[in-house]
Amino acid sequence: MRNRFDRQLEQLNTELIEMGAMCERAIEGAVQAVLKADIDQAKETIQLDHEIDQQEHDIEGLCLKLLMQQQPVARDLRQISAALKMITDMERIGDQASDISEIVQTVDVQKFAHELDLASMADAAVRMVTESVDAYVKKDLELAHRVVAEDDIVDAHFVRIKNGLMLHIMNSECALDLLMIAKYLERIGDHAVNIAEWVEFSITGVHTSGE
Amino acid sequence: MEKIEKTDMIEKKDKFTIGNLDLYYGDFHALKGINLNIRPNEITAFIGPSGCGKSTLLKSLNRMNDLVEGCRITGQVLLDGEDIYGDMNVNLLRKRVGMVFQKPNPFPMSIYDNIAFGPRTHGITNKAKLDEIVENSLRSAAIWDELKDRLKKSALGLSGGQQQRLCIARALAVEPEVILMDEPTSALDPISTSKIEDLAVELKDRYTIIMVTHNMQQAARISDKTAFFLLGEMVEFGETDQIFSVPKDTRTENYITGRFG
Repeated sequence: MRNRFDRQLEQLNTELIEMGAMCERAIEGAVQAVLKADIDQAKETIQLDHEIDQQEHDIEGLCLKLLMQQQPVARDLRQISAALKMITDMERIGDQASDISEIVQTVDVQKFAHELDLASMADAAVRMVTESVDAYVKKDLELAHRVVAEDDIVDAHFVRIKNGLMLHIMNSECALDLLMIAKYLERIGDHAVNIAEWVEFSITGVHTSGE
Repeated sequence: MEKIEKTDMIEKKDKFTIGNLDLYYGDFHALKGINLNIRPNEITAFIGPSGCGKSTLLKSLNRMNDLVEGCRITGQVLLDGEDIYGDMNVNLLRKRVGMVFQKPNPFPMSIYDNIAFGPRTHGITNKAKLDEIVENSLRSAAIWDELKDRLKKSALGLSGGQQQRLCIARALAVEPEVILMDEPTSALDPISTSKIEDLAVELKDRYTIIMVTHNMQQAARISDKTAFFLLGEMVEFGETDQIFSVPKDTRTENYITGRFG
């Protein structure tokens, strides 16, 4: 029974994992560009964002095709509708990695980034994204909950970096740019939370946003 | 058509109360300990693979199984609190609980006589009264405009979809309280199917509708409650939205998502 449908759902999973991996690469690429003031790396990341946009379109098309052909119900319907919502957040993650890269192309924020350990914040944000996609693939509710909890870590990094930059803001425009970068990373954490919430919906049928 | 009193629509009591119902065809245990309450003015869908007992249960609600040899029933089916397997007159039961079948089965007579058949059986002979019943029934079945100029023509000349709506009109002509529908659209094209579905939704304000369907999307589209049957047991019963989005039982999930059946 339903071999073809199962294969299509499997393909949807594979494409989502691929999109998740692209997002991780984009964040890592953007942060490396910051830390090394590497403009080539920044350009690559912006290019990667275009590929993420394309991947979003492809997955969207696949989901719409599945809705039309299979008229899914129950967990199939939840899985497909969750996928449709998740890719919107993934696409925004790509945008934010791209925004970070744009800053790198015009301003050198390397000094502050090292001084304030932006790398740790980036690691925490990437981990959230990785885990949220993992939770989807493995249907792991506990991992999804962990992602939601980890947002506090990223938020704490943001506050720490913001406080660290306060003294410099009057004297250095770079400080404001690094604050923007930290804010983008903080938003990436929020998108990972959204993804994790859709993972929870896909597993349980309940979406706990805002609780 | 009489104006429907508001109180009829917000009637709180269950229409059918089915308690510990077991049904046997000879040695075959076709229904096993069914407990189910059916609310008035709702559409309840019975789903499940072939042979699961859903049609058997439907037919036991107006004692159609009485006609089957070797059929034995234990337990209770109450209609408005009254035991239908007790002293109730079967003809009156079937007047209160009408039925529409999978294959449209118009009688080989005129459209008018098809509709007037039931009321005549129940003793109505006044021409004006019969005219009124025929018009009201056809209107309620959303087919009056199509048929009003050919009432004297044979019902057999109608399309399948029209025949099925005629059969619904015929069921309505005796003013039932409940309409049982056994896969009412499985022999119809998509347009006719959609008309019957719209009709069912319209009719539930005035009647209680119980429908057996093999079409999952149909159950999801129009029913308020869904009951899933498997091997003679009722596995799950609940709000249709819940059954089709977050079913509680894995067997329900596997069936509605097409993993078996």
